[in-house]
Amino acid sequence: MFTAILALALLALAFGLLLGYAAVRFKVDSDPIVDKIDAILPQTQCGQCGFAGCHPYAEAIAKGEADINMCPPGGETVVMALADLLGRDAKPVEGGVKEKMVAFIDEQTCIGCTLCLQACPVDAILGAAKQMHTIIEGECTGCELCVEPCPVDCISMIPIKVAPATWTWPYPATSTKPEQAS
Amino acid sequence: MTKPTSTTTAAARKLWQFHGGLHLPDHKSLSCEQPIQPAVLPKRLVLPLQQHIGAPAKPIVEVGERVRKGQTIAQPDGFVSAALHAPTSGTVVAIEERAVPHPSGLTAPCIVLESDGEDRWVELQPHGNWTTLDASELRNLIREAGIVGLGGAGFPSFIKLNPGARTEIDTLILNAAECEPYITCDDRLMRERADEVIAGARIMRHALHARRVVIGIEDNKPEAHAALRDALARVDRSDIELVQVPTRYPTGGEKQLIKVLTGKEVPSQGLPIDINIVCHNVATAAAVHRAVEHGEPLISRIVTVTGRGVATPRNLEVLIGTPVDDLLRQCGGTTPTLSRLVLGGPLMGITLPHSGLPITKTGNCILALAPGEFGQHGPVRNCIRCGECARACPANLLPQQLYWHARAKDFDKVQDYNLFDCIECGCCAYVCPANLPLVQYYRYAKTAIWAQARDKKKAELARERHDFRTERQEREKAERAAKLAKKKAALEESPAADSEEAKKAAIKAAMERAKAKREAAGVEPKNTDNLTADQQRQIDEAEARRATEKKNESANERE
Repeated sequence: MFTAILALALLALAFGLLLGYAAVRFKVDSDPIVDKIDAILPQTQCGQCGFAGCHPYAEAIAKGEADINMCPPGGETVVMALADLLGRDAKPVEGGVKEKMVAFIDEQTCIGCTLCLQACPVDAILGAAKQMHTIIEGECTGCELCVEPCPVDCISMIPIKVAPATWTWPYPATSTKPEQAS
Repeated sequence: MTKPTSTTTAAARKLWQFHGGLHLPDHKSLSCEQPIQPAVLPKRLVLPLQQHIGAPAKPIVEVGERVRKGQTIAQPDGFVSAALHAPTSGTVVAIEERAVPHPSGLTAPCIVLESDGEDRWVELQPHGNWTTLDASELRNLIREAGIVGLGGAGFPSFIKLNPGARTEIDTLILNAAECEPYITCDDRLMRERADEVIAGARIMRHALHARRVVIGIEDNKPEAHAALRDALARVDRSDIELVQVPTRYPTGGEKQLIKVLTGKEVPSQGLPIDINIVCHNVATAAAVHRAVEHGEPLISRIVTVTGRGVATPRNLEVLIGTPVDDLLRQCGGTTPTLSRLVLGGPLMGITLPHSGLPITKTGNCILALAPGEFGQHGPVRNCIRCGECARACPANLLPQQLYWHARAKDFDKVQDYNLFDCIECGCCAYVCPANLPLVQYYRYAKTAIWAQARDKKKAELARERHDFRTERQEREKAERAAKLAKKKAALEESPAADSEEAKKAAIKAAMERAKAKREAAGVEPKNTDNLTADQQRQIDEAEARRATEKKNESANERE
């Protein structure tokens, strides 16, 4: 009886030590999950998720502090990709999916105050003090952060026009007949 | 010399087979017996700036400008691009967005030309003696002539005639298969202008330094074959081989024709040039001949107008930019049974939303289909996994797997099954007993993947710019902090001129200096001392006046 208890206790101790050593010796560095999440996010840096940019949001998701459906510019695609990556359930995007937009400065009204320049997270606005500003269209992410600071309301968001070259074929609309239950 | 040996050996020549493919009712006799007729000169021509693969051309004319036939009206913008020429003489009336023949039905920038009916040519520069030109000069001529592949895809031809310094081209294949049902424009071209095709082939061969030329033609076009054979005999070219291949859709696919003629397979997602082969369409060869030997740019093409939805099907030689409407009218108009207008063939073509769209360089066929005329019709049912599609696929793919994954929008999986090797020939959809719109799923998946790639690229750029901005802001902050710290340090060492204390000290020092000066000068004299006699007199007068005024005032007060 006593021998059995002793033997088991010794075995437990031995294996415990072995496992403890292995945990230290073969420590796996945490998965660089933040970078993986950040790679999925659309990098608009718009802050619509409530964080200061895509990377902070990615950090928050990784820590489990934020949900995966807070990114309206990314839409369903991003939610699906994040759900796939993190093994969480996909859910509808908070705030709904918006059409892709690009900022436009009405150059007649612009007074050259540089406030939008400071607001743009990707330096997509060209201009200087008392010089008219303009948007570098190809680099605008459509984050709308420049709209608010403008004192003369000369910035508007316009939907990106679909050209034949960027058009995508529609998902076939034909619905197949439901299979008959056998 | 006698008849070239090439055609006599053609029968004995070994041919290969590609996987799958179909024997289809070809419906070619509808249109192939009438000779090519020039299309009536249209009043208005709409010329999309992009009629080819690559960047849209850049207009070099202005609205209101008069142009001659053949004059360049838009230049290629970048390397992969093609020039555009005025198909007739007239006036540019607009450069604006117009509806273009594209599956999206969207608009794109176009030059609108109003013809003056004179059809007057610009001065042309023929190069009859092209053998003296080197390959790059030839390519330039072809580039300036705006020639793109006329078989369907519209890739700028001069690029496909440039093998690069490292590649030796073994075989130039001229694609005369014209495998898709209904289409007969190449057939007619070969029957009537075989000499032009052969002349073009020789120019192309010269530009490529190709070892040999093989013309592959399906055996359902005996007249065209005979015409080419005779043309070859006339120029005595034994190095150009004319080969009849069995009729089987899609033999006219580039990769399929190469397989049939040479037994070689183009690698997955590769190009024929990877196996030292270049493939051009016969109509492109004829256009090259016209561009080089006559100096004529590509301003017209042969279009098959056919189908049971049109009264008199035939082939027309059409100026680029002519509305489809005009062509249908010239062919006796559409019949009341017309159900669908298709640009291209019945399997690979796109449905046109209306007939007001212009013919572009790649528009080989206008197909007016009557209800139930071609292909399978019926309700779409569920896939029963019969595998017919896999047996029919000429690209050796698994259409059924592609379908499932495209339907599930699983774009990684669909690429694992080599979606991008699909040539969208439509064989799978044709044989599908469930009538599934398979090709539509593949097209959807392809364009969606491209859109995702574009988004990804844009996100990458935004991340880069955002990171740079963050870094710049931090650097600026650090620089400001460093500057401030430096200033502070300097202040502590010796009070700088602009600080508050230094100012006070300076004022104090100045006051002290002034005081010392005063003391050195002794007691200051009063301003009433040392007066001149004149000044003394003025003072006395003023004093007297003041005294009398005072006296008067007191007298008044008393009263």
